[in-house]
Amino acid sequence: MKKYTYQLFALLGSALMLSSCGNQNGNSSSGALNSSNAEKVYVAPGEHDEFYAFMSGGYSGNLTVYGLPSGRMFKEIPVFSQFPTSGYGYSEETKPMLETSHGFVPWDDSHHPDISQTNGELDGRWIFINGNNTPRIARISLTTFETEEIIEVPNSAGNHSSSFVTENTEYVVAGTRFSVPIPQRDMPINEYKGNFQGALSFISVDPEHGHMDIKFQIIMPGFNYDLSHPGRGKSHGWFFFTTYNTEEANSLQEVNSSQNDKDFIAAINWKMVEEYVNNGGGKKVPANYAHNLYDESTHTATSTMKKEVLTVNPLDVPGAVFFLPTPKSPHGCDVDPSGEYIIGNGKLSADLTVHSFDNMIAAIEGKKFDGEAYGIPILKFEDVLAGVVKSGGLGPLHTEFDGKGNAYTTFFISSEVVKWKLGTWEVIDRKPTYYSVGHLMIPGGNSRKPFGKYVVALNKITKDRYLPVGPEMEHSAQIYDISGEKMELLYDFPTHGEPHYAAGIPAELLAPKSKKIYRLDENKHPYAVLTPDQARVERKGNEVHIYMSTIRSHFTPDNIEGVKVGDKVYFHITNHEQDFDVPHGFAMIGQNTSELLIMPGQTKSSVWEPKKPGVWPFYCTDFCSALHQEMQGYVRVSPADSNIELSWSLGED
Amino acid sequence: MKKASIIMMVGPLFLLGLYIFPLWNIMLGAPQYPEPLGMNIFIDGIKGFNEFDIVNIDGLNHYIGMKTIPKPEEMWEFSAFPKVIGAMVFLGVLIGFLGFIGKVSYKWFIGWFLLMSVLGVLGMYDFNAWMIDYGTNLDPHAIMKMANPDGTPMTYKPPLFGHANMLNFQVTSLPKTGAWMMFVGMMLTVVAFLVGKKNTSKT
Repeated sequence: MKKYTYQLFALLGSALMLSSCGNQNGNSSSGALNSSNAEKVYVAPGEHDEFYAFMSGGYSGNLTVYGLPSGRMFKEIPVFSQFPTSGYGYSEETKPMLETSHGFVPWDDSHHPDISQTNGELDGRWIFINGNNTPRIARISLTTFETEEIIEVPNSAGNHSSSFVTENTEYVVAGTRFSVPIPQRDMPINEYKGNFQGALSFISVDPEHGHMDIKFQIIMPGFNYDLSHPGRGKSHGWFFFTTYNTEEANSLQEVNSSQNDKDFIAAINWKMVEEYVNNGGGKKVPANYAHNLYDESTHTATSTMKKEVLTVNPLDVPGAVFFLPTPKSPHGCDVDPSGEYIIGNGKLSADLTVHSFDNMIAAIEGKKFDGEAYGIPILKFEDVLAGVVKSGGLGPLHTEFDGKGNAYTTFFISSEVVKWKLGTWEVIDRKPTYYSVGHLMIPGGNSRKPFGKYVVALNKITKDRYLPVGPEMEHSAQIYDISGEKMELLYDFPTHGEPHYAAGIPAELLAPKSKKIYRLDENKHPYAVLTPDQARVERKGNEVHIYMSTIRSHFTPDNIEGVKVGDKVYFHITNHEQDFDVPHGFAMIGQNTSELLIMPGQTKSSVWEPKKPGVWPFYCTDFCSALHQEMQGYVRVSPADSNIELSWSLGED
Repeated sequence: MKKASIIMMVGPLFLLGLYIFPLWNIMLGAPQYPEPLGMNIFIDGIKGFNEFDIVNIDGLNHYIGMKTIPKPEEMWEFSAFPKVIGAMVFLGVLIGFLGFIGKVSYKWFIGWFLLMSVLGVLGMYDFNAWMIDYGTNLDPHAIMKMANPDGTPMTYKPPLFGHANMLNFQVTSLPKTGAWMMFVGMMLTVVAFLVGKKNTSKT
């Protein structure tokens, strides 16, 4: 019977193929077209992809690294969330990375990665990403592909219009989605209007080391600052933020924040504010926020609490802040490669509003204002408008650019990407996405120099795109070839977590500088052992410090006695390998934490508090070599009152 | 004779390349080493092709009980060879100079070449002897004791010249820049001899 069913399917299948062959100009996805699409995404075994794609992990709190066009995932970089795979956030060295003013926060919601730029072009030094829930900005090295720094953003909540960099990475900018009382205080929620405020934070980036510091916060009216992008080229020095809830509603916001026909794009002349601050302007106010810094040479993070932040009242810097009326609760705020067009994606509208930077400057110079909001001048909509894209889609969210005069906008509700022409505003092409696309990404698509070969649609709804795996599933992405006049859907691939935005960069800019090992002779970890003969065990009261080294295929030492119940045992493990891709792992039976995964030349520490006497084994968790199974050891744990001396050994009987 | 003597003075100077460039190179590629490990053999020691290759080769070799690759102070050759080469360069240039001022005949030129050849062969013999010891004198407690199909213990002597398969590794051993410079320099002394002979028979 089964056989007959298959034959039936085969018949049906051939019938379908026959019918689709006759349909020459339809949207057929079979036949020759299909196979050429396969070739476009096929990266032969051992070959490399053309682009890196860094996708935010959304509620995973992390950042994932993919290859384009293949859609293969290479790595998950732990950023805001504990990551038992490597021990990030569990090891003694990395716990400080997740410290905040609220204490240890083991998770966040990561949204918008952005690669550092020089002269408005991707330079591939670092990638920044925001934690949305407990406002934080992280900086990730693009030589180690590890998180190096996290700074908390005070006075902010729902850190969503973040983390976008200015043209020379002078600042990474973080805006608040939720306005809150500043400073935080106990007050009735329904007194929001006029009392809550929104902080836009300009975080300076040290050009050499990338170290971040909050230079100033502009304290804006209590709207929701949703997304942002920097000016570039002629508009360099400005930053643009979309707003919604200019109604200042505090409840049932899906209705109450959607009443105004127009909200605003806030245009901020940050260069003017910077000058004001450099001349002593602004007000230092008490604050409490964490600054966590990982040092590659000590392999250790430190967390310091900062106690002050410089705030700026926009009314004190006349000419620095303006509102551009923009229809229907705009979401994405995107600036074209020339810096002339600022696109507001009015998510409750069918149309896109495109503002002109030149018109904006002319309107400001002509002082053609249409009233003010909390003292901030509102420009006239008609004066700043460059054009309207009559898209025919529903729910526009985000726009990217191909560098050839075209823009690509996602439509969440009608589930499609629409290609349109800058300047003429005509729609050139539209292609469905599967399903309900959020952000899209063209490598360099929000810089002065996009690499307009592919666009990736990052969808919010997956449903039936892959084999079913129960109610909860990964998200879905589609890659389209955009080298021709019409977009071509090439491939579908699942993405980890819930990617919001992504950032792409040509592989040749990153691959040659990717680190292979950490140098043991540069290891400055205070508990490192640089040669196996330094391996030892020391007791300080009830703390036992085990200075351990690993090399294929043993731990030094691997027999330890003299540990007692009630001790706090620190394993400080240095991987002595200096060969590419030879990590060693470490796990202790019953340990109330994750494993460690230690890269060549690296030192990591893990705490174990033995509760029962016995002889307890530990082992290497990474299949490091042919003798990996032998890479194990024992710790003898004696009762608390025992008088067994500490001893340790390797290879002795 | 002047022309021949100038060539004789220049030829030995090519041997100075041995102080800068490796004499020999052995590369080891394997499935898990798409970027092969390698060692460059200089007259004064062995260095990794890439910085950590020696330590990584030693790390792998410990499984099959091979000794670690010798450090310069562990082999007399690495202190003797630079002196021998230095002396031969000096001698060669001196012979050329003496030929130039007419104190010695062109026959000395081939004499230098023959002496250098003998030393070269001895050097190769010594190098080969070290490789035999390195590849066969194995730790009896080795983790992996491999056997040939006929039951004899497997040995791991790298080839002196050319290519060999050793377990999972493809081993290639070839002369490098220093050796080629030495070869060119020695050939120049033969040319010097022939030119000298030709000119002498003419006059």
